[in-house]
Amino acid sequence: MSLVVDIEKRLPGFTLKMAFTAGNETLALLGASGSGKSMTLQCIAGIVTPDRGHIEVDGRVLFDSDSRVNLPPQQRRVGYLFQQYALFPHMTARQNLLCGVRDKKRAGAKADAMLATLGLTAAADKLPAQLSGGEQQRIALGRILLNGPDILLLDEPFSALDSHLRFALEGELRRTIRDFGKTVVLVSHDRDEAYRLSDTMALVENGHVTARGTKETIFARPRTRAGAALTGCKNLSPITPLPDGRILADDWGVLLTAGQVPETARYVGVRMHAVQYGPGENELHGAVTEVVENPFSCTVMVQPQGGKKPLGWEVDKSWWREHKAGSVTLHLPKDALLLLEE
Amino acid sequence: MGELDWFPLWNSLRIAAVSTAIVFFAGIALAYYVARLPRLVKGVADVILTLPLVLPPTVVGYLLLRLLGPKRILGAWALRVLGLRLTMTWWSAIIATAVVVFPLMYRTARGAFESFDETLAQAGQTLGLSNTYIFWRIRMPVCRQGILAGTVLTFARALGEYGATSMIAGYTPGRTATVSTTVYQLWRTDNDALALRWVLVNVAISAAVLLAVNLLERRKGAA
Repeated sequence: MSLVVDIEKRLPGFTLKMAFTAGNETLALLGASGSGKSMTLQCIAGIVTPDRGHIEVDGRVLFDSDSRVNLPPQQRRVGYLFQQYALFPHMTARQNLLCGVRDKKRAGAKADAMLATLGLTAAADKLPAQLSGGEQQRIALGRILLNGPDILLLDEPFSALDSHLRFALEGELRRTIRDFGKTVVLVSHDRDEAYRLSDTMALVENGHVTARGTKETIFARPRTRAGAALTGCKNLSPITPLPDGRILADDWGVLLTAGQVPETARYVGVRMHAVQYGPGENELHGAVTEVVENPFSCTVMVQPQGGKKPLGWEVDKSWWREHKAGSVTLHLPKDALLLLEE
Repeated sequence: MGELDWFPLWNSLRIAAVSTAIVFFAGIALAYYVARLPRLVKGVADVILTLPLVLPPTVVGYLLLRLLGPKRILGAWALRVLGLRLTMTWWSAIIATAVVVFPLMYRTARGAFESFDETLAQAGQTLGLSNTYIFWRIRMPVCRQGILAGTVLTFARALGEYGATSMIAGYTPGRTATVSTTVYQLWRTDNDALALRWVLVNVAISAAVLLAVNLLERRKGAA
């Protein structure tokens, strides 16, 4: 089971130029809105035609501009879960499932079996508008699975749902993906969701894949500033390298020892939860400018002495209540520093 | 006052029904295909297809006579090859009416198609459904309310067509007379009482049709 994508498409504003492969795995395309993630899925499904390039699934060529292959979506066997699920609004849940069955002879039995599997037998005759968001997603997925696709594309699968529903449905989707057992490509702008659902990841910026690897390496070692931001690193500062091997974080006015500094490094990043309390390596002193309360933690904004901008430090809420202070000493462990390219 | 001769009503109804049927399919087909044309061609096509809506019906009638008259290009051809006169018969009124009401159907169908969520069609395609199936079983039913309202409106307008019809089909009692041409003829010949009866018939039918449009649109709002 494999997916090969190498496509180019000129769009107003930027050029989509995506190249990646995926094996028997769940690949998450993580990128900001408008970075070209959904457009890539549409190209794989055949809804949008790239200007040039090559797409194949399991060795079957779906699109190739050189040999002029461009299969219609009907022949691609690509399962596409749309953001809003795209259930046919005038058909009942069961009729929607029937639309997914290619072999019309035993369609009724298959649809009924799927309803039972989904636990939605009682909802068989309801219209999509009468189903909850979660039920709609299950019917849409069931409709796709009945179709027997070779690959599954999930376009922001939870964006249409309230946050309290997401977690429960995520577990369900994880099981569905595991049972499917073939290539799955997930598009998301939510790093947590992407991390939990995927095996490997690709960061997408401005229509390009800028990083590709296991989700662990993508999160632990982002290469670019945008990659760090996408994986949730909020403390980012431009740097000036010093002759003695140290770097100056321009925004924070702090000198840092970061080990070997690559020549291409332009920024330093440190995740808010990796900032440590008290003295230590890469120490800084600063005034607390703002405390943002999260449900279970606090983000304390600290303006280092001589710095232009504050950096965020995430601490446990009850701990902060006991140790609250107007100014603090913090340190940034060397291993927590991310050296980033532009 | 004697018995009302119901021929004009019957004639108006059959002209409106046949022209609405023609325009129903033509309007939907053109709305569907024009939406897929490149922008520039689409703009030009849109202007041409909407023109009869804003032109005075007499101008449409004049243009049609230039085409369909027995000595004009299409009219002469039809007479020679098919042995059919395209003017001054009851079915010539169908041609005139269809041209005049076409933009109504075309534009309402286009509006309905534009509000259609294209991901539904795309989902159908990825599921392997044929484009024909998607058009008739998904796009049309989902756009049903708008298209139905457009059809009824088209029928109502067809029923009241006067200008182009009177030029192409004329007024021959018992042959080409419609409700609207009859009203004009009766008024012109000072038969006010009879004219009023026809006016009331016409108002009643038109009101009923508009009521139907409103009910359809209310249902659309609720859905």
